[in-house]
Amino acid sequence: MIRVLEVKDLHVSVNGKQILKGVNLKIQKGKLHALMGPNGSGKSTLSYVLMGHPKYKVEKGKIFLNGKDITKLSPDKRAKLGLFLGFQYPIEVPGISMKNFLWSVYKNSNNGKSSYVDFNETMNENFEKLGIDKNFISRNLNEGFSGGEKKRAEVLQMSFFNPKIAIMDEIDSGLDIDALKIVSKSLKKSIENNTGILLITHYQRILNHIKPDFVHVMKDGKIVKSGSYDLVKEIEKDGYEAI
Amino acid sequence: MTKPIVIEKNYAQYGFREKDESVFRTKKGLSKEIVEEISKIKKEPQWMLDFRLKALEHFNKRPMPTWGADLSGINFDDITYYIRPTDHQAKTWEELPAGMRRTFEKLGIPEAERKFLAGVGGQYDSEVVYHKLKEDLEKQGVVFTDMDTGLREYPEIVKKYFGTIIPPNDNKFAALNSAVWSGGSFVYVPKGVEVKTPLQAYFRINSEKMGQFERTLIIAGPNSKASYVEGCTAATYQADALHAAVVEVIALPGSHFRYTTLQNWSNNVYNLVTKRARAYENSLVEWLDANIGSKVTMKYPSVYLAGRGARADILSIAFAGKGQNLDAGAKAIHIAPDTSSTLINKSVSKDGGRTNFRGLVKIFPGAVNSKSHTKCDALILDEKSNSGTIPQLDIDENRVNVGHEATVGKIGEDQLFYLMSRGLSENEAVSMIINGFFDAFTKELPLEYAVEFNRLIQLEMTGAVG
Repeated sequence: MIRVLEVKDLHVSVNGKQILKGVNLKIQKGKLHALMGPNGSGKSTLSYVLMGHPKYKVEKGKIFLNGKDITKLSPDKRAKLGLFLGFQYPIEVPGISMKNFLWSVYKNSNNGKSSYVDFNETMNENFEKLGIDKNFISRNLNEGFSGGEKKRAEVLQMSFFNPKIAIMDEIDSGLDIDALKIVSKSLKKSIENNTGILLITHYQRILNHIKPDFVHVMKDGKIVKSGSYDLVKEIEKDGYEAI
Repeated sequence: MTKPIVIEKNYAQYGFREKDESVFRTKKGLSKEIVEEISKIKKEPQWMLDFRLKALEHFNKRPMPTWGADLSGINFDDITYYIRPTDHQAKTWEELPAGMRRTFEKLGIPEAERKFLAGVGGQYDSEVVYHKLKEDLEKQGVVFTDMDTGLREYPEIVKKYFGTIIPPNDNKFAALNSAVWSGGSFVYVPKGVEVKTPLQAYFRINSEKMGQFERTLIIAGPNSKASYVEGCTAATYQADALHAAVVEVIALPGSHFRYTTLQNWSNNVYNLVTKRARAYENSLVEWLDANIGSKVTMKYPSVYLAGRGARADILSIAFAGKGQNLDAGAKAIHIAPDTSSTLINKSVSKDGGRTNFRGLVKIFPGAVNSKSHTKCDALILDEKSNSGTIPQLDIDENRVNVGHEATVGKIGEDQLFYLMSRGLSENEAVSMIINGFFDAFTKELPLEYAVEFNRLIQLEMTGAVG
């Protein structure tokens, strides 16, 4: 078994408040891991700290990507090693068009040796796949996007950057049924391309479209149970209390 | 990422010097004799000499301004007021002395001229050493030349308009310019003529401790349309240099004139400039004013809205780094009815830099149905830097619509985190956010300038890395 992302005994605080209290987790390439849990259990904190948000302080424990300790790396260095975070609330960047943004990142990830033609092709493919309107590209990054558009833009970026590991934080919330299908399809495609995905969700809904290989339940800053898809059904029936 | 963002200015590409090959320079300091000498070299008519001498009196009488930036570092006795770089104005770049040619080539001017400009003037220290206008525009009667040639060849037009929008006694530095002016542009666009690509002037200071005092007069004929772009850079020295220009624009009825400045002086230049337009009936004057360089800038492009239905759009931006104080702004003076103005300012300060927006909207009695809107946004990148806003509304008419809004912000931690999570370094992320912040300005520029402008911002942000 090749573990791509490994979290060991992770303790994290924010503004002096302890949020994660010893998280252990292994995400494999080409697999879908669902992370579920009640509100306030620390799921989003985990996603931010895995990507290196400066507000979150690692008190104890380590994060490894492909065996490399990334616990102290800045977010851009983690991204360059193949980590991606799909935001629950994508940030608006006024005045920067989606196209300029994607092109900058694309150029950057290829050490400046990028062909604009290839870029355009990849972009168009992804737009089509996600059913995103072409004029999206000239709009400013996330600015004035609807909730659903923001989520689709995150998925677009994920498939565009083809990461080793993608953490998708509540990518399903705010999506209508058609959008949910498209997003699920895109996640599947990334998994086929060997991306390991940690899908943070509250609902079974998306998991009906894309079946997780592993399910983890988080409560009060810890992973309290891991299992197969059956665990989802259990939660759906009895709630988190029973876990 | 909570640490202050400290980025050194990267000016290496512009701050280079060429050996002094000037053919003449006045001795240091300012006196009646020096003013007479300048006028004599230029073989000017008596009225211009009289104009200069009167201006010198104003300059001597007038105290230094006590508001705005600190100007106490200027030593008027240690400045050379006139440096003649060459005796011949060139019509081709090849004719220029090697140092000057090299300078303009490094700055990319000949290439830009080939690609997309209607005409180019290049000033080097006190004189315009290169000037050229496309033939088809010449045939349509468009005049684009240096101010000295303008005075020689179009004396009646110059005499009619020169100093009418900005009289010598307007302020101390307008008086100084009026006394010792040299170079600058003279533009005349005949009635109904549209100049589709920009006329470009480039101002370069090469000598140490010099004053550059170009003088620009623009007359946009009735229903004409044209745009003018000026760029400015200087060789970097320890000692300060002074740049005090005067720009007058006359927009005759129905005309549309756009004046764009990309100011990137070296950090030893005091940039004290008076720019003003008079907009007649149904004309539109646009000032696009970017201030990136200089030690101190004080500049407030203004429009007198003198004819019914005249409009003014003034969009200015400032980007102040270490040791810089950029005091910029805009003024709209509504004199006639149905006039409108928009004043937009965007400023970024970092690494101890200071920006200040000074706006004035004045509406005279009788300027009914006038509309004006002012908006200024400031972005402050670290604790050491700051920004101020001084809007002034002076309204003597009831039937008007005037608005003002201002914001001050920092780059959000979450915004930075989002961009960095995509693999952009902190510097790259910050410069992307700044480019986005200046977008309202950049998108108004012709593509070639927009690219150049974004590159300038990038350069400012990469100093520490490179």
